[in-house]
Amino acid sequence: MLDIKDLRATVGDKEILKGITLTVKPGEVHAVMGPNGSGKSTLAQVLAGHPAYEVTGGSVTYDAEDLLEMDAEVRAQKGVFLAFQYPVEIPGVSNAYFLRAAYNEIRKARGEEEIDPMSFADLMDEKMQLVEMEGDMLSRSVNTGFSGGEKKRNEILQMAVLEPRLAILDETDSGLDIDALRIVAHGVNSLRGPDRATIVVTHYQRLLNYIVPDYVHVLANGRIVRSGGKELALELEARGYDWLLEEAVA
Amino acid sequence: MSSSIETLVNREYQYGFVTDVDTDTIPPGLSEAVIRLISAKKQEPAWLLDWRLKAYRRWLTMKEPHWANVTYPPIDYQEQSYYSAPKSVTPLQSLDEVDPELLRTYEKLGIPLNEQKFLSGVAVDAIFDSVSVGTTMKAELAELGIIFCSLGEAVKEHPELVEKYLGSVVPHSDNFFAALNAAVFSDGSFVYVPKGVRCPMELSTYFRINAEGTGQFERTLIVADEGAYVSYLEGCTAPKRSTNQLHAAVVELVALKDATIKYSTVQNWYAGDKEGQGGIYNFVTKRGKCAGANSKISWTQVETGSAITWKYPSVILQGDNSTGEFYSVAVVNNRQQADTGTKMIHIGRNTKSNIVSKGISAGRGQNSYRGQVKVMPKAEGARNYTQCDSMLVGNECGAHTFPYIEVGNNSAQVEHEASTSKIGEDQIFYLKQRGLSAEQAVSMIVSGFCKEVFKELPMEFALEAQQLLGITLEGSVG
Repeated sequence: MLDIKDLRATVGDKEILKGITLTVKPGEVHAVMGPNGSGKSTLAQVLAGHPAYEVTGGSVTYDAEDLLEMDAEVRAQKGVFLAFQYPVEIPGVSNAYFLRAAYNEIRKARGEEEIDPMSFADLMDEKMQLVEMEGDMLSRSVNTGFSGGEKKRNEILQMAVLEPRLAILDETDSGLDIDALRIVAHGVNSLRGPDRATIVVTHYQRLLNYIVPDYVHVLANGRIVRSGGKELALELEARGYDWLLEEAVA
Repeated sequence: MSSSIETLVNREYQYGFVTDVDTDTIPPGLSEAVIRLISAKKQEPAWLLDWRLKAYRRWLTMKEPHWANVTYPPIDYQEQSYYSAPKSVTPLQSLDEVDPELLRTYEKLGIPLNEQKFLSGVAVDAIFDSVSVGTTMKAELAELGIIFCSLGEAVKEHPELVEKYLGSVVPHSDNFFAALNAAVFSDGSFVYVPKGVRCPMELSTYFRINAEGTGQFERTLIVADEGAYVSYLEGCTAPKRSTNQLHAAVVELVALKDATIKYSTVQNWYAGDKEGQGGIYNFVTKRGKCAGANSKISWTQVETGSAITWKYPSVILQGDNSTGEFYSVAVVNNRQQADTGTKMIHIGRNTKSNIVSKGISAGRGQNSYRGQVKVMPKAEGARNYTQCDSMLVGNECGAHTFPYIEVGNNSAQVEHEASTSKIGEDQIFYLKQRGLSAEQAVSMIVSGFCKEVFKELPMEFALEAQQLLGITLEGSVG
């Protein structure tokens, strides 16, 4: 589904990704871990098409197409979803209006008809329950005045509505208390399926107790320095990252 | 910023076409003889010609104002033509007699004038250059005693009302452009809603500049008698031309005791090209008087067009407990300049005013909010709330705020809040990541910013305004 080969990317003059190779198949959950500044978030942003990053080498193939050639909205329309580490506020635009516009754009791209407001309301009722959100959340402006936890849950709500093929969660666990973490994980898990894949970017092992990955990759200094099964995350939790960094340098 | 956004193409101004009609246009130049000629063409009574001449003589002694935060080359007032009318338009004609070419023009603009295609619930007066082409729904309105016609027609049919109220809010000597208008004004709309009548439909005027080298100087007068209610809308477009055209209009509103006037504008005059070549100079004086107790005047404007906008819809709060409102969205892109705002003059007791201004600057546009709140000594208990927000799109535009507050009564409460924000690449990326295009993203962010103003517009026009905003800002992010 996703084939990343020797991906290199810079922001300004600084090279952040120094040759990432990673293959994700349908149905899989991959965790990308690593210390601060290792390039985890950059990888997530580059895959989503953030214009601040320049891809300087390598390739990314998504469903047999060149992902890097696509504009950010085309990637989204083709099922790539990024749950933002810092969700952006859009004052004056209601969550419901925004979500319906996004939902309809993605349906249009798939050649499906736009959904009418009533059917959309039904859909929202269902999805809101999934992330245990109250109805007034929909009439509030997108992320405006939301608490940190609300913003993250709102990301998962959007994901639940848009039902992406490839979901990338960028440190969705940061700043969440244990209850919110459980809710977020539940939202993500309920979307797991044989046709979908998830990349969970995280600093801590904690989230992976709830979203159990098939593979764990450790990123350091712009490269994947170790890949393994879910037990690698536990090892990192126990030993920290330093030993891996030393190995990588050595 | 990203190249994907930079390459967004500017959509063409879709109202920039020219209608080919034979016109009766008087040669360029301004003099007493020209004013007499205009007045004669309109078959006006002597009192009106005298009023025009008085205004003209006063204008000769006045100087063009230059305090606004806009720059433009000197205007040669002798180079303009002050009257242009399609030959096929005759006074007081019915809509069946209107030149098909003109009907087609309005249809192209989305304003069908023939009876079968009326916009439901809206009566339209269509002004083409210096004359009214026709007014719809007149008979239906007349049953309620509501007069809705061109000002020229009102001068003939209802001279007593026109003479009583013309110049009562904006005197002939008010300012340079208002004096010029009083001297040479052509058609605008006239509305009178009698005592206790609630006008059941939106009244609307559609202004179209067509002729080249002519100014448009329409004048609109709306009177709501005691306890009356009326909601009025105006829309404006003009062809694309490489030369600038002057539009110096005057609007006067009079609300008597317990009356309410809601006046909405969607202004989309041609703005000039990307380099600032051409476009309309929109130098307009709009003022309402809350003459009676408990009256209310509410201005809503969405200003997206014009090369230069100089406009301050104001309210004189004379009646006790009267209310003035001003809701404004002003957008500048490319080389557009806008200096717009309001004046709220509190004279009566317990008068209230509310100002919400949203300025959006893109390209190399310059946007200024200029607002005055004046509380006179006798305005016991007066209250004002002003909110003035600016949004910047890109790095080469400017937003400026000039509030003037004068309070002459200790019991008054005046509040002013202001903010400036910038559309961020992160906001746009966030929306794109959810499947929206950059254009949709900008349009959504800006609509959210303007929400408080759009909700004041009648439903169908709120949608139009929102779309217009999207079009004006296309290609602005980069």
